[in-house]
This record gives sequence, C-alpha cells and structure tokens, in this order.
Amino acid sequence: MSFTATKELEAEVDELMTHYPVKRAASLMVLHAIQEKFGWISQDAVQWTAKKLELQPINVFEILTFYPMLRQEPQGKYAIKVCRTLSCALGGAYELHQHFCAKLGLDAHKHGPQTTKDGRFTVEFVECLASCGTAPVMMVGDKFYEGVSHAKADEIVLGCK
Amino acid sequence: MAQEYKLILKHADEPGYTPDIECYLRHGGYADLKKALAFAPKTLPDGKTQSPQEQLRQEVMTSGLRGRGGAGFSCGLKWSFVDRKSGKPIYLICNADESEPGTFKDRQIMHKDPHQLIEGMIISCFANDVKLAYIYIRGEMPEGAKILNAALKEARAKNFLGKNILGTGYDLEMYVHRGAGAYICGEETGLIESLEGKRPYPRIKPPYFPAVLGLWMCPTIVNNVETLCNVKHIVAMGGAAFAKLGTPNNTGTRIVSLSGHVKKPGYYEIETGKATIGELINDPKFGGGLRDGRKLKAIIPGGSSSKILKAGEKFKLKKKDAEGKEILVETDMLDLPYDFDSLAQAGTMSGSSAIIVMDDSVDIVGALANLSEFYAHESCGQCTPCREGSLWMSKTLHRLTHGEGRAQDADYLVKTADNIPGGRTICAFGEACSWPVQSFVAKFKDEFVAKGAADEARRAKEAASPSEPKQLEAAHH
Repeated sequence: MSFTATKELEAEVDELMTHYPVKRAASLMVLHAIQEKFGWISQDAVQWTAKKLELQPINVFEILTFYPMLRQEPQGKYAIKVCRTLSCALGGAYELHQHFCAKLGLDAHKHGPQTTKDGRFTVEFVECLASCGTAPVMMVGDKFYEGVSHAKADEIVLGCK
Repeated sequence: MAQEYKLILKHADEPGYTPDIECYLRHGGYADLKKALAFAPKTLPDGKTQSPQEQLRQEVMTSGLRGRGGAGFSCGLKWSFVDRKSGKPIYLICNADESEPGTFKDRQIMHKDPHQLIEGMIISCFANDVKLAYIYIRGEMPEGAKILNAALKEARAKNFLGKNILGTGYDLEMYVHRGAGAYICGEETGLIESLEGKRPYPRIKPPYFPAVLGLWMCPTIVNNVETLCNVKHIVAMGGAAFAKLGTPNNTGTRIVSLSGHVKKPGYYEIETGKATIGELINDPKFGGGLRDGRKLKAIIPGGSSSKILKAGEKFKLKKKDAEGKEILVETDMLDLPYDFDSLAQAGTMSGSSAIIVMDDSVDIVGALANLSEFYAHESCGQCTPCREGSLWMSKTLHRLTHGEGRAQDADYLVKTADNIPGGRTICAFGEACSWPVQSFVAKFKDEFVAKGAADEARRAKEAASPSEPKQLEAAHH
C-alpha cells in the first residue's frame, strides 16, 4: 500500500474542507496535502480523496493529470526545479540545468522530470518561477534559490544530505 | 529626471521591516481599514443617500485605478459590473498567480508586506459586501503561502477578519488557495474553475462574466495583488489625490519588473508614465544600463505576451501642444513613457509591467523559441487553434534553432500565429501566444529567414556529398 490516510492527514483535510461552501473546491488543496506527506499521489490516494469530497475518482484524477506540480509517481527525496523561461535562459538557466544533469548523471535533453537511480534527486526544467530579476533561479523542494552560479549549485547539492 | 516613487513598496525593503502584524501596525497598518469602516452614510445634493460601501467604490472609480495584472482594466468599472441584486453571495478573489514570464512584483509584496495586501483586500471586500474571499497563490510560491497564512491568522486574532470585525457587525473570512503550476490559472475564469476544484479551463464570455456568473455561479471580483494593495492607498489619500499620481488615465504607481541584460535587474516602483523605457533601462537609479560593450537589441515591454520593441523603432505618439491641440510627435522606443496608453500607441502593452531587456548577444530566433516552448507547455488544450497552434509554432522554432530550419519558416510561423487569435479561442491565451511570434518575426524577419536559408543550404550541401560527416550539433532543448 502506497497510501494510508493518517489521523493527521484526516484532520488537515477536514480543516481544509471548512474553507469552502462546496466540498469539491478543496480537492487541489487536499492533493497538495497528500503530496506533501507522501511525495506523490497514488491511485489509492485519488480514491480516498474522491470519497472524502464525495466525488467520482475521475474528478480528482483529471486534476492530478492536468497540473504540472502534482506527481503520479514517486520522486526523488530532493526535487530540483530549474527555471527555463526567457529571463532565466538569458541568465544561464540552460547551462545550469545541464550542470545539474551532468553532475547527477541525468540526460539534459530529456523532457519532464528525471530521477537519479538512487532515488535521491529529481531534476526538472520548469517554466517561469517569477523571480526574473535574480536569474537564474531554482527550487529544491519548497526552498528557493536565486542567482545560482555553478559553484552555488554544487553547494546546494552538497547540502542535500 | 525620473525618480522612484514608493507607494506600495514604501516599507518592504526597509532594514528591520518584517512581515508580521506588529511591525505592520507600528507603520500605521490597518488605519485605512478603520477609516473605511468608519465611513458614514452621506446625503447627496439630490436627496439620495450614499452608503459607505458606495462611497468607497466611488473613491476607487475617482482614483482611475487600472488593473495591475496585465489587462489594465479600470478597477472601479470592474466593481461596478458586479451583480448586486441577484441575492447570491458576492466573492472576491485575489489573483496571486503571478506567472507572466518577466514578472516578479507580487512576490515582493506577499513575501515582505503581506498585511498590506490583506488590508487592501478587507477594504475591497467591505466595499463590495463580500463575506468570503480567497487568495489564489501560485503553487510554486509555498513560502508566500506560508507567510500569507500566518498573516491571516494574525489578522483574525486582532479581529480584522472573522465575525463582527472591530465591532462593526461586518463578517469576513479569507483563505489561501494554492495553484499547482499552471499559467492558465492566471486567466480569471480559469482561476475560478481551478478554485472550484476542476481543470482550469477558461469559461466563455458571455455569459460567464465573473461579475455576474463567477465562483459557484455567483458574482465574483478577481483583482491582482498590486491592484488590491492600491485600494488601501486610495482610502488613505482619497481617490482624487490618488488620481494626481502618475499621468492622466494612467494614475498611481507601477512596480516595474526589470530583467534580462541590464546591470541592475530588479523591481522599481515609479509614478505611472513618469519614467521612460530608456530611463528604466539606463538610469543608474533603475537598470543602470546594459553590460559593458553591449548594444540594445530589443525589449519585451510588458511581460512575455506583449509585442517586442526593436531598438531604434520610432512611433507617432499623441501629445498636446502649447495650445492644447493634439499633435503627433515622433518618439523613439526608448523615449516612450512607461504607461498603459503610450505603449498601446506603440502597438504593444505595458501588461504586467515587466520589461525583459535583450542586448546584441541575443539570438532572437532562440529567444522566441524559448517563449514559444513556454506557451506550448501552458496552453490548457481546450481550444484547437491554441492547443495545436502553440505547439506547431514551438516545433517550427525548435527546428529553426536545431539546424533543421527552412527559409519559409518565417512566413509559416506568422501564418500559424495569425490563425490562432481573434475570437477563435475562448480566452486571451490565443492572443498571448501569437503576439510574440507575430512581432518577433515582423521586426526581425531577416534573421529568421537567414537562419532557415542557411540550414537549407547546409542540408543541400550534405545531400550532394553524402560522405561528409554531418555538421549538425547535438540537439539541445
């Protein structure tokens, strides 16, 4: 089983549902809560969410497949997102993405998120992260990094224990 | 000389200024909310009574405030469209889905001065009889969501939110709702669908104007972060005084996000129209000029969707002469005042007030390929011209930047771009993905054609002597 709803999750979801007069509206926030705890959203989690919000599983599944941030499979312990869009590209984002891929043994030409064999890192080239003045920018999990040189990138990887 | 004018960002970057409520209160925070809540009904000369809410809405109308998210639509007018007779609840949503490439102003407000936004929102909610409001923040700003949640908790504890706010009998609740990485959620009807827990497919207008049929088919106001912050300052100084900031029809201030090839990229708040594009790029107070030894090639003036301006381009700008007669004045693109109307006259827009500067080191075909890949990725897929067109444009630009181009690709790109917008799609994403392609190719056509022609010539040479090893470099996307 990849998913068992903990008491903690139940409580969090119950609280989230109070924010909306219509239960369905909570679905995106519920999926965020699940992904935060489990790292990804399994089919069991979809079923559980649908039941909780009195929806059909397809109602939940269709948003899971739409939003780029939501994951249908496990990802690395450290999710590295490098911004790809113009201002960051002008500031060296492609070189930075390539640097990460080379360092972690991944293929910079492949589309979509890639995870290292040891399951520690997932590297993804993402669209604009809205900090174009400090390009190139990136995230590791929820943490945000600006003006990332290759040396700084190496430090960031070293800091991921 | 152009100066910074800090209204919204007055305190954000002051040393020691923190995002907590105590700091905000020490700086006069929530005084404008108290002022708004204390408005008394007013008897007009014609004997009618104007409620406090109507007076507040009137102030916003008088201020001339235009939306800071991109479209630049009058905020007062938007509020005036709200259906107040339906008997349904009215909702307010703060659009904090800041995702237009080049734009990073709302991030500063939410991270550094969240209570300013919340105060602006509470006043806006009060003025529109809203009892439930949401802040829709983009998923990639988890830190911002945490800060806002903490700020909302503090505001509740002080009874600026919740039941019977400050004893006035007014109830309001406000929650943070997180997106999950989709640019289309910045489109207000897509945002509403997303908030409802569905795929963010934009709704067709008519009939789904949010002011009438918005969130859960109820009247809904969707305003940008910066717009809502401005409401607080309109209450503070009065609509008429606010309208004196900036230039006529372009009132107040704007936070300009400046990125790309300047020495000092960053966010700069100016009185709208009181600085030119050239000043924003070159003045030491702002961008500080290009990198040494580089020349300007082009700028994208208002977020990635706005049409590109080429260095040296001239425009005929309407101005009033000494006798008040309207005349046309030839204006270099660098001398365009940075406001809604001047940029519209130059055939582009100030949009989300994000300037991306490109110097002569930039491969313009590559720059457009980058943007087109963004739009191909972000099209929601609902309308065929946009879903297919954005992808075709991206694929065409991909081959042009990977040695597989053709001389006629320039025309093909424009033909594709011309067939996406103009009422063929439900929302303005069709326009947003076409404008860069149309304007880049129109203004730099020789570079697009030369690139495609060079590829064709190389391929012809290779075909004539098949024994020669291919020169094509490995694809890098």
